Amino acid sequence: MSQMAALVLMPLFGAFIAFVLPRYARITGITVAFIQLGLALSLATTIYAGETLRLSAAGWDPPLGIGLYADGLTALFLCLTSVVGLGTSLHAIGYFKFDRNDSNHNTSAHGWWPLWLALWAALNALFLTEDAFNLYVTLELIGLAAVALVALEAHAVAAATRYLLVGLLGSMFYLLGVGLLYALHGTVDMKALSAGMQPEPAAWMAMALMTAGLLLKTALFPLHFWLPPAHANAPAPVSAILSALVVKAAFYALLRLWLGPFEPLAADLAGQLIGILGAAAIIWGSVQAFMAPRLKLVVAYSTVAQIGYLFLWFPLAGSSIAGSIAWYGVVWLALSHGLAKAGLFLAAGNILHASGHDRVTDLAGVGQHLPITLFAVGIACASIMGLPPSGGFVGKWLLLNAAFVSGQWWWAVVMLLGGIMAAAYSFRVLLHAFRNKESQLPQHRPHPVMEWSALALAVCAVLLGILSAQPLALLEVGASVGELALTEAPK
Amino acid sequence: MTVGFWLPLAILLSSLLPGILIFFLDESKHRLRTILNLGGASLKLVLIGLLIWGVFNEIEYETRLTLAPGMDLVLHADALSVLFVTLSTGLWFVTTLYAIGYLEDAPHRSRFFGFFSLCVSATIGIAMAGNMLTFLFFYELLTLSTYPLVVHRGTPEALRGGRIYLTYTIIGGAALLAGVAWLRAVAGPLDFTETGILASRTDLDRTTLTAIFALLIGGLGVKAALVPLHGWLPQAMIAPAPVSALLHAVAVVKAGAFGIVRVVYDVYGVEFTAELNLLLPLAVIASITIVYGSVRALFQDELKKRLAYSTVSQVSYIALGTAILGPIASIGGIVHLVHQGLMKITLFFCAGNYAETLGIHHISEMRGVGHRMPWTTLAFTLGALGMIGVPPMAGFISKWYLGRGALTAEMDWVLWVLVASSLLNAAYFLPIVYKAWFHRQEGEWPQERHFGRFETHWMLLLPPVITGILALLVGLFAAAPYSALEWARLIAFREYGQ
Repeated sequence: MSQMAALVLMPLFGAFIAFVLPRYARITGITVAFIQLGLALSLATTIYAGETLRLSAAGWDPPLGIGLYADGLTALFLCLTSVVGLGTSLHAIGYFKFDRNDSNHNTSAHGWWPLWLALWAALNALFLTEDAFNLYVTLELIGLAAVALVALEAHAVAAATRYLLVGLLGSMFYLLGVGLLYALHGTVDMKALSAGMQPEPAAWMAMALMTAGLLLKTALFPLHFWLPPAHANAPAPVSAILSALVVKAAFYALLRLWLGPFEPLAADLAGQLIGILGAAAIIWGSVQAFMAPRLKLVVAYSTVAQIGYLFLWFPLAGSSIAGSIAWYGVVWLALSHGLAKAGLFLAAGNILHASGHDRVTDLAGVGQHLPITLFAVGIACASIMGLPPSGGFVGKWLLLNAAFVSGQWWWAVVMLLGGIMAAAYSFRVLLHAFRNKESQLPQHRPHPVMEWSALALAVCAVLLGILSAQPLALLEVGASVGELALTEAPK
Repeated sequence: MTVGFWLPLAILLSSLLPGILIFFLDESKHRLRTILNLGGASLKLVLIGLLIWGVFNEIEYETRLTLAPGMDLVLHADALSVLFVTLSTGLWFVTTLYAIGYLEDAPHRSRFFGFFSLCVSATIGIAMAGNMLTFLFFYELLTLSTYPLVVHRGTPEALRGGRIYLTYTIIGGAALLAGVAWLRAVAGPLDFTETGILASRTDLDRTTLTAIFALLIGGLGVKAALVPLHGWLPQAMIAPAPVSALLHAVAVVKAGAFGIVRVVYDVYGVEFTAELNLLLPLAVIASITIVYGSVRALFQDELKKRLAYSTVSQVSYIALGTAILGPIASIGGIVHLVHQGLMKITLFFCAGNYAETLGIHHISEMRGVGHRMPWTTLAFTLGALGMIGVPPMAGFISKWYLGRGALTAEMDWVLWVLVASSLLNAAYFLPIVYKAWFHRQEGEWPQERHFGRFETHWMLLLPPVITGILALLVGLFAAAPYSALEWARLIAFREYGQ
């Protein structure tokens, strides 16, 4: 139980220390990262035993107090955050150290640790909250910290400003919706809301507003325009966190709302509409990724495409069996995309660091000079393409099954097409990187920890495919869609 | 947890673990890498021996790992797996030996051998897969692990070949994935079963099953190089010789052909496939491929290209044998899995030897090469004669059973395909053999290297001689107990439930 509070308070405390004692920022950050991993794992083991957890802050029960809630889904997202967080923190040791010695770089390492730890606290709070208004507060905190992190890179200020405005707009929509719900039901506790929700125009309005706000924050096509510049221009560890965690946090909020308060309201039409946007995101994002001139931009557009997959749950959610399979598939995709994309962004950062640029057509020689980084890129791409044995494969497999079971085979076509396109843009990068070049060694060799942390995250994405039985069982704890039941062979 | 559980897993890991270790080895650690490679290969041979002994003694081998409820990874050993696993392991051993000699001073050897082991592990996984999901799993892993081998040299031609290879296999993989997932959704989890599973399922829509079959065979046909999906194979030629040898003999094309056998026999069931009217189209496509590949081979001057088109043609014998109803043709198809592997790997080893020792890449440069490299040319001749189907070579056995099977099934036209193909085989192989032995050398060899006592490095010489002799022996002793033919007979009769 106490892990839940500690998961939020620990990074917050760390952020405070890192801010007032910058000299100890790095050691604080790494310590917190390790403790977080331990806490998340211990919470996951507790929940794996079969019980969901509830905690009322300071002993006040909802609706008066703030409720914290954790089930399998929460535990997995907390674990994802702590694994990605640890990998990125380790990478940051090397990344920001290099920047400080280089006078040409204006990036401030001083900003990184406090902001990142604050962001971490807000992320964990979002995953644990059971209250629609607190969801707003945490989303806002995440948004602000994320914008500040993007702006650590001097030339990314324009992208950061746009990111800020979009984030505020999204939050505003969301807050309007929450206001409506409060006016209707007099509570913002999600459990109470689910119990009292009636299909009525005001409720639909609230659902539309809140969903729209979150779609903007998740960067679903055509609301994705802000994502590629922000993610591609931020410092590498920041890009990793944005793509792997921050976008997922908004999606997590959507999942919670649509399976909680909005479940009685969900109409087939809305689901289909969101599904179409998801499909468009897959196609459009992949095409843009294929044409992007810079590696980090390729990776950023790939995020746009991969986010599209997550929204294919909505049209499939209508039928009960397919809906539950699809839900497991989508969560799996979100988790494995988080790990793989973090690894990929860190690896891209290493390449940028070593060669001073990341133009895709000039990547020749990366295979010779940065074999570990290239290996990380390859493994991460395999998961993003959904090739076995990776977490991406398991997710896509479940989602494909759901599409066929529900008879909506056209979503399967989109998924397969998306996989082929992902292969196209991934191998475009790999092909260039595999080319040999007669040249001197790169200017800056990345610190080994930078290469290995990227590889470790990519390997975790693959492990999620091989060792998926226990995590999937964990996900079943408290899942409102029921247990994962694939069709059995009739006897 | 018994031997029955651990052995298939151990067989898989005996190449996977050394492969992973090799990735992290320093380039200069030549000796340790060789120990890991050959140690893994030898261990695998021993384990396969155990497996064969166990299967004879009717021990059930099955490794089942549950990924998710209703999503099992299954490795098992039925008669068909044992055949393919034995072939892969045996040929892996000789190819490793060959590759060590071939890449003696080349760069990136750790990367090469790492992916090489991964590639073999994927093939072993395909061979032992107990359901379509597992098959798919390793099939895609195979695509991934062969790509770095194809582009190993990093030259523009290699990258181009690699790109074409990827384009075909990724799209083929997507079609296969669609078919497997669709089948899974309508029929539930299906473990491979002799005589097939779907025949008894009257609840399934016939049209859906036909569409799924088309997707599955379409996806598998890419790797099996069925016309018109064969375009990548001649391009992938650019790979280093040991890779081409493995690609053409066991790994990639065979994985496709093996998959077709699995789908027809152990998923749909051959009689049920015939009932759905799907066998005849498959037979026609296979026949077209056989003739087309041979005709194209005739016009290639580059030795490896000619061999590649010959593969296109020869591998389709397996699909053809599968597509003719009746156990006799099945025997021919299944036994060709082994025979073609032995003969083709010999030919590719020899082609590699000519290129490495004398710099010969084209057939027009091969005049008199038999006098300079008699052992290699002898092995080449054995392989070539086998391909043509001269008795008592291995290829003859395959063709004999295919022909008899076609007559039994009253598909007489298949006989003409076989005759035409054999004539074409002779037309493109005999001139090479004739040039090598009976012409005189003209001028200097393009790029000659000397290796002391033998005509070439002993590690390059030994593998083709071994496989060439084996190709002769499996034909000569086809009727002996424990031979490939006997094993194929056992499989075929089980598949027909006899």
